[in-house]
Amino acid sequence: MVVSIMGTRVLRKEDPKLLTVGGTYTADLRDARLEGAAHVCYARASALGAVSGVDVSGALATPGVLGVVTNSDLADFPLQPPQMDLFPEEMLRRSWLVDDAALFVGEPVAAVVAESVVAAVDGAEAVEVIYGGGEPATVIDLEDADGDAEVIFGEVGTNLALNLETVDMSTGFSDGDFFEDCEVVIHQRVENHKVAAVPLEGRSVACCWENGSLTVWMSTQAPHLVQGVFRNVYDLSRKDCRIIAPDVGGGFGQKVNHSQEEMLLPELARRFGRPMRWTETRTENLIGFGHGRAQVQRVTLGGDADGKVRRYRLEVICDSGAYPGVGAFLPYFTHLMASGTYDIAEIETRCRSVVTSTAPTQAYRGAGRPEATAAIERAVDIFAARCGRDPVEVRAQNLIAPERFPVTTAVGTEYDSGEYARALEKALEASGYEDLRREQARRRAEGDPRLLGIGVSCYVEITAGPAPGGKEYAKVEITPEGGARVLSGAFSHGQGHLTTFAMLASDSLGIPIEQVEVIQGDTAQIDKGVGTFGSRSLQLGGSAVCDASNQVIDLARETAADILEAASADVVFDAEKGFHVSGAPAVAVSWADLAERAEAPLSADSNFFAAASYPFGAHVAVVEVDRETGEVTLERMITCDDSGPLLNPMVAEGQRHGGIAQGAAQALIEEMRYDPWGNPVTSTFADYGIISAAELPSFELVVMETPSPHNPLGFKGIGESGTIGSTPAVQSAVVDALAHLGVTHVDIPCTPERVWRALS
Amino acid sequence: MHWRMKAVERVSVTINGAEYSHEVEPRTLLVNYIREQAGLTGTNIGCDTSSCGACTVHLNGESVKSCTLLAVQADGEDILTIEGLADGERLHPMQESFRECHALQCGYCTPGMVMAAVSLLKENPSPSEREVRLGLEGNLCRCTGYHNIVKAVLHCAAGASATNGGAQ
Ligand code: FES
Ligand code: FES
Repeated sequence: MVVSIMGTRVLRKEDPKLLTVGGTYTADLRDARLEGAAHVCYARASALGAVSGVDVSGALATPGVLGVVTNSDLADFPLQPPQMDLFPEEMLRRSWLVDDAALFVGEPVAAVVAESVVAAVDGAEAVEVIYGGGEPATVIDLEDADGDAEVIFGEVGTNLALNLETVDMSTGFSDGDFFEDCEVVIHQRVENHKVAAVPLEGRSVACCWENGSLTVWMSTQAPHLVQGVFRNVYDLSRKDCRIIAPDVGGGFGQKVNHSQEEMLLPELARRFGRPMRWTETRTENLIGFGHGRAQVQRVTLGGDADGKVRRYRLEVICDSGAYPGVGAFLPYFTHLMASGTYDIAEIETRCRSVVTSTAPTQAYRGAGRPEATAAIERAVDIFAARCGRDPVEVRAQNLIAPERFPVTTAVGTEYDSGEYARALEKALEASGYEDLRREQARRRAEGDPRLLGIGVSCYVEITAGPAPGGKEYAKVEITPEGGARVLSGAFSHGQGHLTTFAMLASDSLGIPIEQVEVIQGDTAQIDKGVGTFGSRSLQLGGSAVCDASNQVIDLARETAADILEAASADVVFDAEKGFHVSGAPAVAVSWADLAERAEAPLSADSNFFAAASYPFGAHVAVVEVDRETGEVTLERMITCDDSGPLLNPMVAEGQRHGGIAQGAAQALIEEMRYDPWGNPVTSTFADYGIISAAELPSFELVVMETPSPHNPLGFKGIGESGTIGSTPAVQSAVVDALAHLGVTHVDIPCTPERVWRALS
Repeated sequence: MHWRMKAVERVSVTINGAEYSHEVEPRTLLVNYIREQAGLTGTNIGCDTSSCGACTVHLNGESVKSCTLLAVQADGEDILTIEGLADGERLHPMQESFRECHALQCGYCTPGMVMAAVSLLKENPSPSEREVRLGLEGNLCRCTGYHNIVKAVLHCAAGASATNGGAQ
């Protein structure tokens, strides 16, 4: 009997290298094709405003500087296509570098090309941006932007980048009293502030031209998506535009899309006739690209006095930053997930995105879904408090019942499968909820200055979404030695696909995992692909590996039948023995036998499509709040995260841990802030409170596995669950700690100052 | 016009038991020397404010953030980087513990984290969970939520990794 490796804690194949010599990240590449590369440093706008010129003389005089490129040098170089075209024309026309105005601090103004990184940095420091020619519109706060206090794009006449109602991505609000039949109605303004993704490796690119063919090495989550953009900008065929993603030091959504700085690099390489490299600094990463969340919400929830929820209205204003892109579209996901885990008869959403004088927003782990969960969870907590009920009881009363699946919510989203009440019960049980409540009561009665707070969140989210779903590509080949090669269009940057995808092929083909090689991140080797984001890879990319493996087995059956001199219908495959005549396993044909016989390598591919899946769970957070200082300590995090069957529980747990930490960080510490003049004030790790080991407890994980009906193995995504459940649970715990003092809401991040103010 | 030091200075160091000697600009940071001149790219750079610890190495047996020193300050000293930690094919118990406990995902923080963890156990061979968390406060990881890193350090301290003889 072969014991399947599915569901086992296989240690990662990628680790020995990462632990001994370290990964080969883009800046580590010593490829011969990059021999003699020049280095770029972008001079950036240090203030907002109209720009009348750029003085590059100091930079040109800097030793080691080869040249400087400003926007006026790029007049004949076509603008890059916008990330999305949902926005007013004028907002989409972004120049490569600052043209006549710097719309956010940190916007690149000039590319300084030099012999070395230090020379490029010296040169960039010597670039003078000449401001003048009008007062800049400066709008930092997104609600000010929404009110058109000042208008950034004068020609458009409004800061509104996208009203999602006009593209059917939110419902709009009906006239009349929507809450007429509700006994209890609560309102709350909820901030879901701007945070930075901060992968530990920032953006990094290297490129070279060889006879009109471009090779780009890039720290990205989606090499094939990025290839499409480079091909478009540089007008190249697939064959002449090779994207290689080496090891990538984290992405978290920030590296799904591309930026000006990255896309411009091949043009610089062409002009200077040299391979070119650019690696950003931490400050550039923090101020230049890819903030997430950035919403202000207004929630109104109504229902019966006994706790039954009936109607919900969600208004979302989202900050798209200075140039609307993916970030401006993400409220669509907030709309789609508005109902959360609850059975709510009527829901209305009103979502819009506005431009501000800050860096463009992008996807950040969860991308629109954490915001939906945070909104509904806050609303349910406040509603429960108003009804005088325990928040857990009100949740249980309103959760969608398991027998209703698949179920379509009031906003039209179809959830595939779920057992929400069971997830909540399991998390509560593991937390010892009743004991915690008793301890809280004791502390309150005794006037203990260490206030105890218990927060609960229930969540459901979309992975591989939105509807109709997504695709990912894989090809499986049998090697001459009888091993397998998996070429996958997904792209692991920490998720462990080299191990988990090998497990899938190994299990299907009966080839030991050591003999299965998984290759990702090279468009020259992998014909198609999308990439890794939105928790899509296992259910799409993993399913593609299984599908291609099964096709390989079918193809091989014919050849095996020839060797066995049997009819192919009589030949069976079992993972332990190989191919044999049914009932006669003694004479079997192995993959090595087949590889020897086959004229062309045995291979098959799959561009696997699956509808979106809906992972869910429940989190319990326990915090201690110092009554004197307002300081919050996260004592415990207990989470039940159900993403369907687990392929490698060790890897899935790792995804949950990382997500929980990032979500808790948003609730407690992390915030990307700007001063009123548009200067980013959290522009280094010394200022941006990126969470450390000292601020977190170990996490208590509860297992639950409810399959999705949408792919053969029932997988759902696990990459973002932790982030989605933990932020509202931690926030709720902080509010709960203060509830007996009459506090009903504290916005995140729940800093000591905010908590202290709520207390006084 | 910027004032600039023209001079170069010679730096000679031992890294992972091998001798290196180069002329460098005096302002060269040790981390850049290790990566660019010595060509050992296992040591990473994650910030510009000495906050992240991705660049952690051992200098004369003690862990330092190699972006906080100039290369010239390390002249004549003995440096150990992640590349020199394993004993040939045999992983150092801390490396093995990281692997067994899945204490790494993207791997970017890992070399610095492992070097910091080795040094932490040298100073405090049987730390509590809290001591591990405080001890690694200066090493940031964005992927793991630190859960498995802390577990790995405790696992190693307990002598439980395959290379320090423990049962898995
Ligand atoms: S690079 Fe040295 S501490 Fe961040
Ligand atoms: S493993 Fe990615 S930063 Fe630590």
